[in-house]
Amino acid sequence: MDVSSMQATAMTRQEPLLSIKGLKTHFATRAGVVKAVDGVDIELGRGEILGLVGESGSGKSITGFSILGLIDPPGRIVDGSIDYDGLDLVSMGEEARRRLRGNDIAMIFQDPSMTLNPVLRIDTQLIETVQAHAEVSTAEARQRARDALVQVGIPSPDERLKAYPYELSGGMRQRIAIAIALINKPKLIIADEPTTALDVSIQGQIIYEVKQLCRRTGTALIWITHDLAVVAGLADRISVMYAGRIVETGTTADVIERPLHPYTQGLIDSVPSHATRGHRLHQIKGMTPSLLNLPKGCAFRERCEKATPECLVAPEPTVLPGGRSVRCWNPAL
Amino acid sequence: MSTPVTVSPTADVEESPFRRFLVQFRENRLAMAGLILMILLAIPAVAAPWIAPQNPYDIGSLDILDSQMPPGSAAEVSGITYWLGTDSQARDVLSAVLYGMRTSLLVAFLSVTVSLLIGSTVGLCAAYFGGWLDALLMRIVDIQLSFPAILVALVMLSVLGQGLDKVIIALIVVQWAYFARTVRGTALVERNREYVLAARCLSLGWRRIIARHLLPNCLPPLIVIATIDLANAIALEATLSFLGVGVPVTQPSLGMLIANGFEFMLSGQYWISFFPGIALALAIVGINLVGDHLRDILNPRNAQ
Amino acid sequence: MRKKDRQVPVFIINRLFQAIGVILVMSVLVFVGLYLIGDPTSMLVSPEATEIERQALRKALGLDQSIWVQYLTFLGNAVHGDFGRSFLTGQPALQLIVERMPATVELVVVAMTFSVVVGVPLGILAGLRPKAPSSKAIMTGSILGFSLPNFWIGLMLIMLFAVYLGILPASARGETVNVGPVALSILTLDGWQHLALPALTLGLAKAALIIRVTRAATREVLPMDYIKFARAKGLRPSRILNVHLLKNILIPIVTVAGLEFGQAIAFAVVTESVFSWPGMGKLLIDSIITLDRPVVVAYLVMMVFFLVILNLVIDILYMAIDPSAREKVRD
Repeated sequence: MDVSSMQATAMTRQEPLLSIKGLKTHFATRAGVVKAVDGVDIELGRGEILGLVGESGSGKSITGFSILGLIDPPGRIVDGSIDYDGLDLVSMGEEARRRLRGNDIAMIFQDPSMTLNPVLRIDTQLIETVQAHAEVSTAEARQRARDALVQVGIPSPDERLKAYPYELSGGMRQRIAIAIALINKPKLIIADEPTTALDVSIQGQIIYEVKQLCRRTGTALIWITHDLAVVAGLADRISVMYAGRIVETGTTADVIERPLHPYTQGLIDSVPSHATRGHRLHQIKGMTPSLLNLPKGCAFRERCEKATPECLVAPEPTVLPGGRSVRCWNPAL
Repeated sequence: MSTPVTVSPTADVEESPFRRFLVQFRENRLAMAGLILMILLAIPAVAAPWIAPQNPYDIGSLDILDSQMPPGSAAEVSGITYWLGTDSQARDVLSAVLYGMRTSLLVAFLSVTVSLLIGSTVGLCAAYFGGWLDALLMRIVDIQLSFPAILVALVMLSVLGQGLDKVIIALIVVQWAYFARTVRGTALVERNREYVLAARCLSLGWRRIIARHLLPNCLPPLIVIATIDLANAIALEATLSFLGVGVPVTQPSLGMLIANGFEFMLSGQYWISFFPGIALALAIVGINLVGDHLRDILNPRNAQ
Repeated sequence: MRKKDRQVPVFIINRLFQAIGVILVMSVLVFVGLYLIGDPTSMLVSPEATEIERQALRKALGLDQSIWVQYLTFLGNAVHGDFGRSFLTGQPALQLIVERMPATVELVVVAMTFSVVVGVPLGILAGLRPKAPSSKAIMTGSILGFSLPNFWIGLMLIMLFAVYLGILPASARGETVNVGPVALSILTLDGWQHLALPALTLGLAKAALIIRVTRAATREVLPMDYIKFARAKGLRPSRILNVHLLKNILIPIVTVAGLEFGQAIAFAVVTESVFSWPGMGKLLIDSIITLDRPVVVAYLVMMVFFLVILNLVIDILYMAIDPSAREKVRD
């Protein structure tokens, strides 16, 4: 294990910053109840980086939104608890939650071209984030905005402040979104696939810079992605999500080198590498089930090579030492 | 065929689009109310010559002593009840309303039908042939649409003079552009669809492609627009007649009736303007309710 | 100047030339059209007048010359602001119109202000909670507002406020105060009392349209990512509404409000007739009925000119509101 992961593991032994237990967020639609999140447990220590991995439709983004309390009707959190720094986020009032958002807990969205308001200037969008949570003068807020831009490595910040979103490139816009997330020095950042919409060349850069920033400022980070390769180099720990449930959690090294859940194994096998060069790429057979119509028992049952009759009953998480857990009757122990 | 969007994942039975349309229409109570209203107004209007207690435009049947009588009073001589009162010329307001509604509906219906035919043809041709023809036609349409309808109508009437047929022509001139633009828009979308390309590959004549293929798919928005336009036509004709440049005195519409009674309003004889006004409002509102709901059903984009 | 800066003024000049083109075309159409209707002199002389008298009158009015000569003379004069004299009163046509303009403009401005001030908040409300009963009521009300004819609404308002309640006057303009060369009635209480019903009549229909547009735009903008992001930043709801939402729905609202402003000037014709408001509209109707061609032509040319300038102003407003529109100035 490298130094930073050791630090991270040490951190989890303290009181965790974020503790989610049994979270369930359901959407009541005309066609039925969509169980977008159906049993999620997450423990995040201060300054720790967690990679939340899952395919589209697995519920990972909804998990992020649930933490921030941004679930709109017809969706709502039907069960579970979200404990942040001693505060109960689920039963908290809206105004108290608003004060946390952008201040203590910040979020970065996926598509930078849509997250910045196209008719407002960059400085306006930064300054308002500061002034929403603190009584500072506009001049002071503008200075903080400038500092934030410098922090994320944006050249000629003064010019950029006066610009409009459409004048900037995708990578630049995402950096500004990161700056907005950092500007009030939050303790937790939730990043929902922030590099998916960017050029591959920029992706690596941004991932590296975000990691540096979080380490330097001691900010905890949940990086949501569908790409296992991305979090392999970034996160201290990884949680794998499938059909609304977390199926495996562990340190990065553990999950990638010694995966316990068949789905995780399938994901790892699907990543092209030198070893698979020239061979047919591995595919997990079958298709993701619709969240309206989950199969009985374990959601992965119909696609799993190791499925047994036991799997007709949904497995509960098996917790192992060192923050490791897996939801499977037949894990690769 | 563009069908309304209702997703029911467990539906086994194949409903015809028409059936589904009827069911959806019935769902909205307001629209049903509007439809009933329309029918309730249209039937008496069409049947006016047979069911009206009096023919208000037959001077011989009027008794000047009966003028300006309030609603509910009985005639001196003929004994019929003036349910809605009489006007200054001793005409029975109820009968006048029936005849007036008839004229209003007639003018509106004719003008909408003709402008629909002209506008659709222009729109379809513009969409199908494209190029300079399209650019030219649409330029004309755009310029006309940038002018307020009432101004166009007034100018037309000042050029054409007065008369029932002139009013209809003026309304047609006002309305065709709107149909042309809508139909062209829909047709352009359809034109690029595969079935049209297929038809063209088969070298079907352009007349046939337009009529048998493009047209049926442009129908839904056309129906919506026609309905709403009907209400607009009624309103516009009423306005023109109210201003005195619309239908002639011998064949008044509801607008003219309202104008006639206007001067008596302040002296308390409200019924001469009021009842034609109510009839006018009911007609317009009824048609609009139906049209609005049609739009919600037939336009998949608006489905919630 | 950077290339970006040069494009806006170029665009404006371009549009002005287009505008002049449209005005010229319209003037020809109008002129020729009106030339074809009957004989204006029949209105001005008694039926017993002899043919010689008619000829003399025609000559005096310049009606004996060919249409092209008439048109060119007209054009030449028009550039100087001379649209001929009214056949009826002998006054210069342009002057007649200009005299009556302030009354119309006053009416329209008050009506449009009312419609925006009432329409936008109601529309946003209806857009925020589309399924609430208040929203449905607002939307149904709006259908009534724009589908019922202008004069009908005026009629009902008169019945209610002037006849039944007797609190507002049903006709004429109120007292005016001279501001420079122009007489305004919005500066007196009596003026406002007289303005109330006509402005309400004109404004209700426009308010209805603005409500619909605002609601539609609100419903389009609300689910956007940047609104969600604004919430994620922890901004106060009032700020999200008043800045993030509002600025983004302004473009369609400005479009509709602007176009409706033009329509309102035209529809003022009806309102002015209903309320005997001494504006340009009433003048137009009377001139059409009496075939007073110079006045009609002058009115129409003014209207075209005004509408074209209005379109230009709307485009300029776009560029002020939506910064990315400045880039799209390449017409």
